[in-house]
Amino acid sequence: MYAVEVEGLSVSYFETTALEQLSARFTMGQLVGIIGPNGAGKSTFIKAIMGLIPSEATTITLLGLSAKEARTRVAYVPQRSTIDWDFPIRVLDAVLIGCYPKLGLFKRPRKQHRQLAMSCLERVGMQDYANRQIGELSGGQQQRVFLARALAQEAELLLLDEPFVGVDAGSERVIIDLLRTLRDEGKTIVVVHHDLSKAADYFDTLLLLNRRMIAVGSPADVLHAKTIEGAYGNPLAFLQKVEVSS
Amino acid sequence: MNFIDFIQAITEYDFLQKALVTSVMVGIICGVIGCFIILRGMSLMGDAISHAVLPGVAISYLLGINFFIGAVATGLLTALGIGFVSQNSRIKNDTAIGILFTSAFALGIILISFLRSSSDLYHILFGNVLAVRPSDMWMTLVIGIIVLGAIYLFYKELLVTSFDPTMAAAYGLSTRLVHYLLMTMLTLVTVASLQTVGIILVVAMLITPAATAYLLTNRLSRMIFLSAGFGTLSSIIGLYFSFTYNLSSGASIVLVATALFALVFIFSPRHGLLRKWKSPKKELTT
Repeated sequence: MYAVEVEGLSVSYFETTALEQLSARFTMGQLVGIIGPNGAGKSTFIKAIMGLIPSEATTITLLGLSAKEARTRVAYVPQRSTIDWDFPIRVLDAVLIGCYPKLGLFKRPRKQHRQLAMSCLERVGMQDYANRQIGELSGGQQQRVFLARALAQEAELLLLDEPFVGVDAGSERVIIDLLRTLRDEGKTIVVVHHDLSKAADYFDTLLLLNRRMIAVGSPADVLHAKTIEGAYGNPLAFLQKVEVSS
Repeated sequence: MNFIDFIQAITEYDFLQKALVTSVMVGIICGVIGCFIILRGMSLMGDAISHAVLPGVAISYLLGINFFIGAVATGLLTALGIGFVSQNSRIKNDTAIGILFTSAFALGIILISFLRSSSDLYHILFGNVLAVRPSDMWMTLVIGIIVLGAIYLFYKELLVTSFDPTMAAAYGLSTRLVHYLLMTMLTLVTVASLQTVGIILVVAMLITPAATAYLLTNRLSRMIFLSAGFGTLSSIIGLYFSFTYNLSSGASIVLVATALFALVFIFSPRHGLLRKWKSPKKELTT
């Protein structure tokens, strides 16, 4: 069984094609990076496999189930820019939302859910901020809180959209360490990521795409001049990024 | 006449009691629903739905049915129409709202002018709480209980779809269904508010107390209670001015709500103007 299995996935908005005939499989218990240039359809890929946007495909399965059946076993962390950070909600209550899918209609979170939310905050090192309003946190702290919410969902498959954007180095460390721990616990984590320089270090498997699939496999297989040129139109994109970041 | 005399008058006059009960209920339910309206960035939608009940009121009168049914029908049809136009064309949502609610409102004005006198139109548009009939009061109470009950039952769903709709959709919650549930409640609240503040000013009761509360707290649950409180306070004080100086009830209530907002806007300990001037908040490094 694959954590994610996609065959012949195409997505189009009105006239423009965002993804075309994309096929990929990720085995369970891996840390997977989705990489590619801006506008390559990385976020679209994640949203399409969750069934959040209309798409065409011969096969989409998550954890061997249809997207609909897998819903309560999948956790999604949206891009930070899509959230209204002025929303009147405290950190602990934001994490508590992670318990909603299992609670279902009409049931309210109880003490045990609060305790779960608190322990998830501890795992991301944010327990001291439980009573803060979410807008009072730094970008990295906000991302950690959303990761805590995903933990509270107790999902087997985690999908994260650009979790390292606008995040300080310390938080990035905390997040990647935690993602590795989760992977070692047997969970599958799929991360949309744009920084090529760290991709080889962070991920077990990479999917390089630019509207269509360019390459999929181990970082060593994916990150070489020919495939990078296929995605970015410039074989040195990878090298330039490495120089800048080192 | 001072406030003590006003309280005396309430105990004496039956019509004033009904006016008070009705406007307090309207203050509460508008305040509660308003929190979700402003947090979802739907203030214009609130304005639209309140105007869109007008043709429904007219048609109900024509058919001899309770105006409640017609109002909910045209309110919801307009909400659906706005969704349809913005999803099926390049027209943006606020433009679709502008086109559809003004059409509904214009249609309503023409229908009303055929059917009823211009003073009836005036009362529907601007409210006349001192002429509340017992049936109106009971309807407002029943609507209030339904709306507050629905908010209590669906609090989780309203919270998550307002805060992070993508996550809500990801775990299988129909954000569209929650949206139309809120639109239904909005039309109910508008109908309940017809007598008190009238169609034109309902939006103020939805937005102003909620915005005032938003400046005072960082927790949604507290914001809802504070907003209901500001709505109630505006209704009572507004009614006092309306009764004492023979002013339009809706306009008085709305201006009191605005005055409360202005006070909080300046003096709020967290988000007030004075606080901002004293200690300019540093830009958060992201």
